[in-house]
Formats: sequence, structure tokens, C-alpha cells
Amino acid sequence: MVKDRQMILGNMPEETTSADKPLHVDNPVISIENLSVVYSDGKESLIDITLEIPANRICVLFGPAGGGKSTLLRTLNRLNDLADVDKLAGHVWFDGMDLLDPEIDTISLRRRIGIVFARPVVLPMTIRQNLTYGLEIEGVHKRAVLDEAVERSLESAALWDEVKDRLDDSAAALSGGQQQRLCLARVLALEPEVILLDEPTSGLDPISTGKVEESLQQLKKSYSIILVPHSVQQAARTADLAAFFLEGRLVESAFGKALFTKPRLDQTRDYVEGRFG
Amino acid sequence: MNLTDIKPERAPRSSSLRRQREQKIGFGLLTLAAIVTVTPIILVVVYVVIQGLPAISWEFVSAMPRDGMTAGGIFPAVVGTFWLTLGTAAVAVPIGTAAAIYLSEYAPDNAWTRTIRIAIINLAGIPSVVYGLFGLGLFVLFLNLGTSLIAGSLTLSIMTLPVIISTAEEAMRSVPNSYRVVSISLGATRWQTIKRIVLPQALPGILTGVILGLERAAGETAPILFTVAAFFLPRLPQSIFDSSMALPYHLFVISTQVPGMPVTIQYGTALVLLTFVLVMNLIAASIRSRARARRLW
Repeated sequence: MVKDRQMILGNMPEETTSADKPLHVDNPVISIENLSVVYSDGKESLIDITLEIPANRICVLFGPAGGGKSTLLRTLNRLNDLADVDKLAGHVWFDGMDLLDPEIDTISLRRRIGIVFARPVVLPMTIRQNLTYGLEIEGVHKRAVLDEAVERSLESAALWDEVKDRLDDSAAALSGGQQQRLCLARVLALEPEVILLDEPTSGLDPISTGKVEESLQQLKKSYSIILVPHSVQQAARTADLAAFFLEGRLVESAFGKALFTKPRLDQTRDYVEGRFG
Repeated sequence: MNLTDIKPERAPRSSSLRRQREQKIGFGLLTLAAIVTVTPIILVVVYVVIQGLPAISWEFVSAMPRDGMTAGGIFPAVVGTFWLTLGTAAVAVPIGTAAAIYLSEYAPDNAWTRTIRIAIINLAGIPSVVYGLFGLGLFVLFLNLGTSLIAGSLTLSIMTLPVIISTAEEAMRSVPNSYRVVSISLGATRWQTIKRIVLPQALPGILTGVILGLERAAGETAPILFTVAAFFLPRLPQSIFDSSMALPYHLFVISTQVPGMPVTIQYGTALVLLTFVLVMNLIAASIRSRARARRLW
């Protein structure tokens, strides 16, 4: 089954599709249908987004600031519940449930769809406690299980070798790049199905950025990844599927690097070639 | 950092001398203001210590008063103030912290919560004698608790609550919001976030407010005047429904109501009360500075 999907994706013709003709993805992990989000301060919003997120791929949402990329990520794991949302329309399907349904269990949803923010925020505790926090609030207290999760998640985030001897030190003592990888590991410790990354490398130096991008390539074998990159270059480097957002609209989306080599619309080309944004 | 440590980085220009003179004058005035503020405090402490120290002995704090309070000790008043402070803490700390959690973490920003906040601020400004009268009406008479430790503790609690609520709320608000968002994004509930992140981070601030509030409660005379204090009661309270002596009221009584009172006993009592309050203050200060050194944000 998974093999099938990968074959189909692998052979996907490199054609681009605009919002009026949505890109078709086989067995998408998340299907966004006509999603509109308007905040009550009218700041950033989304207008009629339709997009299917492929499983075990890196889906890149890019475009100039204020385009609604972060809003989309925050909608997907319901962090928007913390904000003042005026209007919410459309459907977001994930495992048979509509993520916009106010009745769904957001606590378990946020475990299954994890998020890493632009600014690394380590919780004011030790490295180990940061990693076990999500499991402990869920009631997991077995030392062996927690230890296993700590090692596995740090390995996956390419941080294990750097911190394995000081797991009980304060997480705040880590460098910025290490903190961001710790934030990634903290999400991985929960073994989510989907990982949302909101400009995870915006504050990092090129070497740390490289390490994060490298781990993403490994991680997509086990997780579905939605990435808001911090530059067009990063978008082009990492994308298995790219979607260009402009002023709350999904302008164009395409598999592979097509959006960066032969965009169909002028707006996309102008942005990709660096004429604005 | 000392203001005088800042030296001009480049060679002085023509206006530089004038500006330096201005700075010296300004600095001088500020120093003077600081000295004017601190002097009375030092004088009070020094005077009370000099006058009261001769009275201080183990017997003074551990014995019952004798000969119409002109001799012996102040043990019942010390014990009374201890129990009153503890009773006030038992009532005001849980209620105050809970109210602060509600205001900081749950309450929406609307007319209702704004009204609550204004009420709290105004409560802090009510003269303590009014609290005393209120306590007499509500606890002593209406609830029929009589003049008792519990009536006094409840009255002092109401007086202390505004201080505890506003400092605790402030302490919780200063915990960065990003911690809450991260905690929620990892699948925590709001309450788990408060319990595991917000409260531990705000704890030093909350404790500081609690101690400052209790210290005021320990030193107040008016609220206990009608609700708990006994003029002269040379035995210890046996239950929370007994009335009791208390240090501030005892000080008032022996200073104004008892003829022929030795001055050293008056100042000795004042010194014990002052020490009680100062020690609480020192504890608050050390909690604060220790927390600041440990803080990660």
C-alpha cells in the first residue's frame, strides 16, 4: 500500500496546478477543503484554501509574510483555539474527522499533529524533562518508556550525541540551534503522525539549518511533514510538494521542484525569482 | 551599576563639561532623596532597639505578664499573633491564589473582570479600621463567632486578600505566554499547563506577595481590635473560638491604657513585633533574589 503510493508519487508528472484546479494526491493524510479563516482583528486570514497533504512527504508552504501559512499550521492542530477567530469555514479532514469540528478532542489531536515554532521555546526545566513533558501529562510515568522516548527522539533530531551526557542540565543552556532541535525532538517524543514546522530554521546558522534539513529527510520516512520554510531556497531544497501562498490565497501548488523551475503563474515566478517578497 | 562609573568614550567636547556638571547635580539630588527616605526607617529601628533591648530576655518572650502587665513577659501576645498570622495564611493564601489563577489564566477580558480588578484595587485602599468594623459585624455578631481567633483571622484575611491576589496575578502574568502555547501544543490541558509551568514559575512572586500581605496582617491593630483581641488574658487560647492577646494590640494597650508602665516593656514589645515583621520581610527578599538568580527568562 505504502509502496504503491510512493511509486505513484515518484512518477508524478511535474505539472503545476492553481487553486481552481486542486492538485490530486493519493491517500492524503490531511485534506483541506475550501478552508477560510478570519481573525477578529482582521490581520492574517485564509481564503478558500483547498489542498491535500501527502503522507510521508515534505509539503512546503511558502510565500511572503502575512500570506496565511502560519494560520494554516495553527488551524491544523487547533492552536487557533487560543486566538480570537471570527470566521471558520470549510473542512479539514484528518483520519475521518473534521479538524474544524469544535467537538473533537483537541488534546489527543495535538499529540497526533505536533508543531515546532519559529522561535525555539524550551520549557524552563531540564533537557530530559522537556522531552518527557508531553508523555508525562498524558500519564506515562514508566522510567524505561520515558528513557527510550528521550533517546529515540534525540537521535531522530540529530541531537543525541551532543547532549547525551547532560540530559539533566537546564535546557536553556543549549545553543539556539540545539534548542530548536530539542523542540523538534520534544514533538517527536510523542510519535505524532504529522509534524508542522513553522520556519524552524529562521534563527539558526547555516550549519544548524543543514542539520535540521537533514533530519527532515530522514523523518519523512516515518512522518508526514508540513514545512513553512524561511526562504525560497529552503523551499526548493526540501519540497516534495510545494504550495505558494499570497495574501491568504493558495496561488499555485505542484509536486517536486516544478514550482521553482517552471511556475505556471506570473505571481509565483516573480516571487521565486526574487522580484518581491 | 553606579551612575558615576559611566565615563565618556571620546575626549570631552565643549558642552561635555556642562553636561557632566548637570549629571553631578542630578545625581546629588537623587542621592539626597534616597537618604531622606532611608533615614527615618533607620532611626525608628535604631531607637526601638536601643529603648527595647534591655527588656528582651528569654523570660520576656516566654512568660505570662504579671502585676497588671507592668512585669513579666508577653508570651500570650506572641502566641496570639503567631496563630492569627497562621490562620490568616490558611484562609487568604488558597483563596487569593485561586482568585489570581482565575484572573490571570481563565478570565476573559470583559467588563465583568475589569470590575473585579477595580474592586480588588479599591479593597487594598480601605482603611484597616473599616475592616475591623466589618469583621465585627459579619464574623463576630452575624455569624456569631464571638471575639475569637477565627473571627480575627477571617477579618485579617479579607484585608490581606487584595495584596495576595494582585501580586500573584502579576507574577503569573509575567510568565512568558510562549510557555503556555508550547505546553498546549504538546497536548496539555489548560489546568496541566498552569500546574506544571505557570505556578512553578510564578511561585517566588506569589510567595513574596503572601509574605508581604501576612506581614501587614501581623502588624495591624485596628482589624483585631473588635474581632479577637483581649485586653489582658494571661493564658493561651485553647481553640480557634477563644479570644487572644496579640502583639500590636498589646502594644497599644500598654502604651496608652496602663498607668505606670515601664518604657522598656513598651519598646521591648515593639522590638519583638518589629523583629517578627522584619524577619518575614527578609524571607520574602531572599526568596525573590534566589528566584531571580535561577530564572531562565
